[in-house]
Amino acid sequence: MSRNKPIVYPYIPNSIPANKEEMLREINASSVDELYADIPEGIRFKGKLNLPEPLLAEAELVRHIEGLLGKNISTREKLSFLGAGCYQHYVPAVCDEINARGEFLTAYAGETYEDKGRFQALFEYQSMMGELLNMDVVNVPNYDGFQAAGTALLMAGRITGRNEVLICGTIGRDKLSKVCDYIDPHLKPMLLNYQPDCGMVDSADLKAKISAHTAAVYFENPSYLGFIETQAAEISEFAHQNGALCVVGVDPISLGVLNPPIEYGGDIVCGDIQSLGIHMWFGGGHGGFIATRDDPVFVMEFPSRLFGISSTVVEGEYGFGDVAYERTSFALREEGKEWVGTASALWGITAGVYLALMGPQGMVELGESIMQRTAYSIKKLSRVPGVKIPFDGIHFKEFIVDFNGSGQTVKSINKALLERGIFGGKDLSFEFPSLGQCALYAITEIHTQADIDRLAATLQEVLR
Amino acid sequence: MKAVSPKPLPRRFHQASWDEPVIFELSQPGARGVLIPPVEPAILQEVGNVTATIPESLRRTTPPPLPEMSQVHVLRHFARLSQENLGVDLNIDIGQGTCTMKYSPKVNDQLARSPKLTDLHPLQDESTVQGILEVMWRLEQMLKEISGMDRFSLQPGAGSAAIYTNMAMVRAYHKSRGEGDQRNQVITTIFSHPSNAACAKVGGYEIITIYPDPDGYPDLSALQASVSEHTAALFITNPEDTGIFNPRIEQFVTAVHEVGGLCVYDQANANGILGITRAREAGFDMCHFNLHKTFSTPHGCGGPAAGASGVSAALAMFLPTPTVEFDGHRYYLDFDRPHSIGKIRPWYGVAQNILKAYAWIMSLGADGLREVAEIAVLNNNYLLKKVLEIHGVSAPYAKGRRRIEQVRYSWEQLSSETGVHSEEIGYRAADFGTHYWTSHHPYIVPEPMTLEPTESYSQADLDEYVAILKHIADEAYNSPATIHTAPHNSTCHRINQASYDNPDEWAITWRAYKRKVK
Repeated sequence: MSRNKPIVYPYIPNSIPANKEEMLREINASSVDELYADIPEGIRFKGKLNLPEPLLAEAELVRHIEGLLGKNISTREKLSFLGAGCYQHYVPAVCDEINARGEFLTAYAGETYEDKGRFQALFEYQSMMGELLNMDVVNVPNYDGFQAAGTALLMAGRITGRNEVLICGTIGRDKLSKVCDYIDPHLKPMLLNYQPDCGMVDSADLKAKISAHTAAVYFENPSYLGFIETQAAEISEFAHQNGALCVVGVDPISLGVLNPPIEYGGDIVCGDIQSLGIHMWFGGGHGGFIATRDDPVFVMEFPSRLFGISSTVVEGEYGFGDVAYERTSFALREEGKEWVGTASALWGITAGVYLALMGPQGMVELGESIMQRTAYSIKKLSRVPGVKIPFDGIHFKEFIVDFNGSGQTVKSINKALLERGIFGGKDLSFEFPSLGQCALYAITEIHTQADIDRLAATLQEVLR
Repeated sequence: MKAVSPKPLPRRFHQASWDEPVIFELSQPGARGVLIPPVEPAILQEVGNVTATIPESLRRTTPPPLPEMSQVHVLRHFARLSQENLGVDLNIDIGQGTCTMKYSPKVNDQLARSPKLTDLHPLQDESTVQGILEVMWRLEQMLKEISGMDRFSLQPGAGSAAIYTNMAMVRAYHKSRGEGDQRNQVITTIFSHPSNAACAKVGGYEIITIYPDPDGYPDLSALQASVSEHTAALFITNPEDTGIFNPRIEQFVTAVHEVGGLCVYDQANANGILGITRAREAGFDMCHFNLHKTFSTPHGCGGPAAGASGVSAALAMFLPTPTVEFDGHRYYLDFDRPHSIGKIRPWYGVAQNILKAYAWIMSLGADGLREVAEIAVLNNNYLLKKVLEIHGVSAPYAKGRRRIEQVRYSWEQLSSETGVHSEEIGYRAADFGTHYWTSHHPYIVPEPMTLEPTESYSQADLDEYVAILKHIADEAYNSPATIHTAPHNSTCHRINQASYDNPDEWAITWRAYKRKVK
């Protein structure tokens, strides 16, 4: 069938020619072009955009897109040990069911009177995160954990009126890049040395660098490199003694077994919620959280929206809305706190669904399972000739595998693993050159004993 | 059998109202929503009790007091909440002006839910992600053509993040020329999105805001008086959030370029100008698009969205890292970019929305995009005529001129004659199953309302929306009490808002609420 008649586009109801004519008549215009009268001739685009021929029929479009996606090979098809900030946890079906509902998926910025469901679901997300973190204030998600860390540090700068921050030296280099760009020119970042045998903060260096200018000390638990920072209480106490705040980055999925940072002195806690029931989406599944105590000095420094609960004129009915809206850039433009915009609300709702599905016991069992599988992996891999596991502390779900003794590069090892159906861990040789040929491996609840044994056996074969 | 009467306008809507408790109130001790795969005995035997090795100060001893619920109850609770939410799928969503609430094609959502995308890790070997890299590369080529810019980054998470990205590139550009300290001012207009001002402030810039001239156009002489050797950049939305296209945009660009500043085009409102006018022809150095607005990806209650930052060739070296490249055989990520501003977010962008935007453009082509723009503008000007037939409403600025894709209206007359405020009209609009947005602060336009009908609505849809506004306006004159006590048919009735600004009473979590209620 040729298409030489005017096209009626299924997504454009008024593309019916008769409709167009009637509407033009109604507004007393002879052509649509008349409506563009304010656009000077000199800046008009002449001609037709050079774009691919359209696939007008949905069936054609599906064939084309599936063809492209078919070139991908996913972690469902292979065995993956990649992490480094994006994790293959199990995503319960109900999480996908809820975030696929058109009522949530296609809504945006309505008020509580039209969109109460969104307000309540996000208030509940904040509340469940609050229980996980033992904190009373959690934001509507911002973009991702990078943004959350940048904003948490700027908040600390504004609260303390100081202009330097000390950042643990094991922070991921991508996150560091974003944070440094984001806090410039308000705060000067200074990296803390880490102890070469365990990765933890070098306290002598911390003592040397902290000063009356230090707004915050930032560290992560679990760290980017997987170990648990066991000096957490000492670091935060030391920060407080020096008038600085303690900002802690945390993977919320660890909080069934790890203490929330407030218990060891964390003042502002931040991180990413991708672990909580959200697919990896090639990096599109991130959302950031920031949590504090319920202290107006802290609350008033959040740039994000904060949904609060209240009552309505109807007895027994909850209402929801924006707490302290007059601090946001929506209300105050450049006089607001940083900025707020569209970020990751649907992932907040999804993480809320996840936490409700998991419940207290689920989070405990999940944390235990991940730690046990990780410990088992460390034991198994450390027995592979040519492999060492440095940083001999406690690990949550990630750990470094040191291939320096194997005589091979991580790149060549990962290539050999890929040929055998395994996505090896992240090559750290560019990010942390001092570690030489090391890789970061991630283990979650989806990795069975057989998967881990297969990794160990394959590595043994590859390194032989 | 008696014929059923025709449907009245406005329709007799009533929103779902499940009177759903807060989720903690649904907790049933012992209930489980999902179970965790048990750890194999051999693992346990090998590693023992791992959590016991966590030092006491770091070990959680009391499980987090989350709700305990069966799976069906979790599903039911959130499904009910979703029914109390008004997505584009359900309503004539033209009342959220500036938001470009268009149809997000279902097929694109389905395609993006392929495990071939959901379960891709961003660090996989490039040979295993050729499909998605190709999509990213192809979308970049399309956006280059649509804007006339030379390179794009799809990394920003949304529109404001793209503005931030552009600001960071402006800063890097001036720094690279040794003028970083000297150029400490950013100029914007009051009807540009607030993030233009706010992101520039985060970047350390002083903000100069241009107001409209008496005709409602951005004031050129005010701009000319503001530019100097301190000007880093102009960040300007065009068409502005009033739907007015700045006819002197070239003079704005020239004035800024003459003093050595950069011009950054906020194209969040591009829906009405696709294929009509581009950043390139207007002389801009940079621009950004919101893929979740103009390019149809769903808004997700406020994200995940996607932003795209475009630059001229001279600025391409500053784009975030990595860029997506194609060597004629394979697609790859280029990390070797020494002048780059670095990372804006983890990885490479919101891949699922990049795919959806690509699929949307592929379903329309060049003619289809132009049709989108023309119908969006036709719909808007049709709506403008119909709305202005309602007593008490006006369209300030650019009197008698056509508008592009939206209009900021004013109910000033109605408000002064009836005491009903624009905000309350919004509350009442909820009773008819639709959104209504009063607009960003500061309220330069008194009693504002911003409507943006996009291309997704039919003439009958627009007539229905106008009928709702007409009905409410009539009520304002004849029975204002109905409006003062609205909404009546929504899930939620008039909220006691006093607590939201009172630190002793606000409750941002359930635990805070439990602590604070008497």
